[in-house]
Amino acid sequence: MPAPIIKVDAISKSFGTFKVLDGLSMQVMPGEKLALIGPSGSGKTTILRILMTLEKIDGGHIQVDGEQLYHMERNGQLLAADERHLARMRQKIGMVFQLFNLFPHKCVMDNVTLAPMLTKGVARAAAEKRAIELLDMVGLADKAKAMPAQLSGGQKQRVAIARALALSPKIMLFDEVTSALDPELVEEVLNVMRKLAAETDMTMLLVTHEMGFAHDFADRVLFFDRGRIVEEGKPDEIFRHPKQERTQSFLKKIIAAGHRV
Amino acid sequence: MTQWSGYLGLILQGALVTIELTLMGSVLALIMAFLAGMGRVSRFFIVRAIATVYIEFFRGTSIFVQLFWAYFVLPFAGLSLTPLQAGVLALGLNVGAYAAEVVRGAILSVGREQYEACTALNLGRWQGMRHVILPQALLVMLPTFGNNAIELLKATSVVSLISLADLTFQAQVVRSQTGSTLMPFLSVLIIYFALALMISWGVRTLERRMARGLDGVRV
Ligand SMILES: Nc1ncnc2c1ncn2[C@@H]1O[C@H](COP(=O)(O)OP(=O)(O)O)[C@@H](O)[C@H]1O
Ligand SMILES: [Mg+2]
Repeated sequence: MPAPIIKVDAISKSFGTFKVLDGLSMQVMPGEKLALIGPSGSGKTTILRILMTLEKIDGGHIQVDGEQLYHMERNGQLLAADERHLARMRQKIGMVFQLFNLFPHKCVMDNVTLAPMLTKGVARAAAEKRAIELLDMVGLADKAKAMPAQLSGGQKQRVAIARALALSPKIMLFDEVTSALDPELVEEVLNVMRKLAAETDMTMLLVTHEMGFAHDFADRVLFFDRGRIVEEGKPDEIFRHPKQERTQSFLKKIIAAGHRV
Repeated sequence: MTQWSGYLGLILQGALVTIELTLMGSVLALIMAFLAGMGRVSRFFIVRAIATVYIEFFRGTSIFVQLFWAYFVLPFAGLSLTPLQAGVLALGLNVGAYAAEVVRGAILSVGREQYEACTALNLGRWQGMRHVILPQALLVMLPTFGNNAIELLKATSVVSLISLADLTFQAQVVRSQTGSTLMPFLSVLIIYFALALMISWGVRTLERRMARGLDGVRV
């Protein structure tokens, strides 16, 4: 049995006096597809942002790909990670945001090639060749020269996925990547994610309210509530036979709101 | 009539000096604005402190006093400047202090999500600033930069006080030599106005070119 690629160990995180994550622990295996579900405000976004180093932790430890994320070992001592260490760790992780966060002043091609050229020293020609492959994969090869403002939400999100993939991370984090989209555009983004799941062995963590998609996509589902994992299991266990009362009532509400499970 | 054209020649020479001052002063102001404006958002306290002192000092004292210092006092410190150099220095530092606040405000106006995208893509602080934040901030700065440049143009007339033969200085010369007030002062009025119009127009053209493709998202 291989070692986990992510090991979260008793981390806590507060915003002011409000404790968002309270001694959270979890493990993710290499290549695993994980769905994080739960009510709004339960800390799902926060854990992804912590893994992307967009948010610091107050306590606990995180190991990514065999190394401490927020600590460095120096002469047998654990020190707080410096910017160099964080930059090296970030190479392993990519993130796609709810609101795409594309660079509005750069065309699609430049959005995708910027980071590989700057952070990995990839030559422009090679970066563009790879970008075309990725844009082709997300079905947007013909939009390479378009500006983000000329794209639909679904197209923007697919560009954002290609942009994150261009750095070849081992782990991809998706934070409600379809929540900001018009309903008819959701499927084109989900299709890209299905393709990714089928064709790559990337580890994928997905926060979503699309329960039907989570059911088909995930190897394992974590149900979050108030900064803790209340229940976890295979999609069938969580969606068909939830054991915890809080999971049951959450799913009931979601179905009542019209989501397919 | 030939006499008038001679005097007009003097005024046009003055206009050239004014244009020269405006261009060189603007370049210095631009450099200072970016240094101090980015210094104001630095993560190092000492850099922020130096930038703040510079900005507050040059906004808090008058351009006259700054010019007199540059021209009359600096020589005591062993730094003798020509009137043109002193003018460019005073104008550039003065307007640069105002424009620095524009740079700072524009940098802060770029949304947090853009900074976060930079982090997620593992861009270094400077790489993100250079390729993502500043290009977007520049569009926010431009209109105000245009105003700053016009302020600088208008302020150039102070150099006539250290006998640099700029537009205003030449107008005085023509007035004292001809006894006519209307002709020299009307000409300089028109020339200052025309120069200001050219700055406005140039900045607006630049703005339009840079905003192309952005669909008005950030203007
Ligand atoms: N920067 C912040 N400052 C203060 N409170 C925050 C901040 N970010 C998140 N929170 C709070 O933390 C809680 C968890 O947020 P989040 O992780 O976004 O939840 P979820 O993604 O599960 O909806 C929420 O109550 C939210 O209001
Ligand atoms: Mg969220």
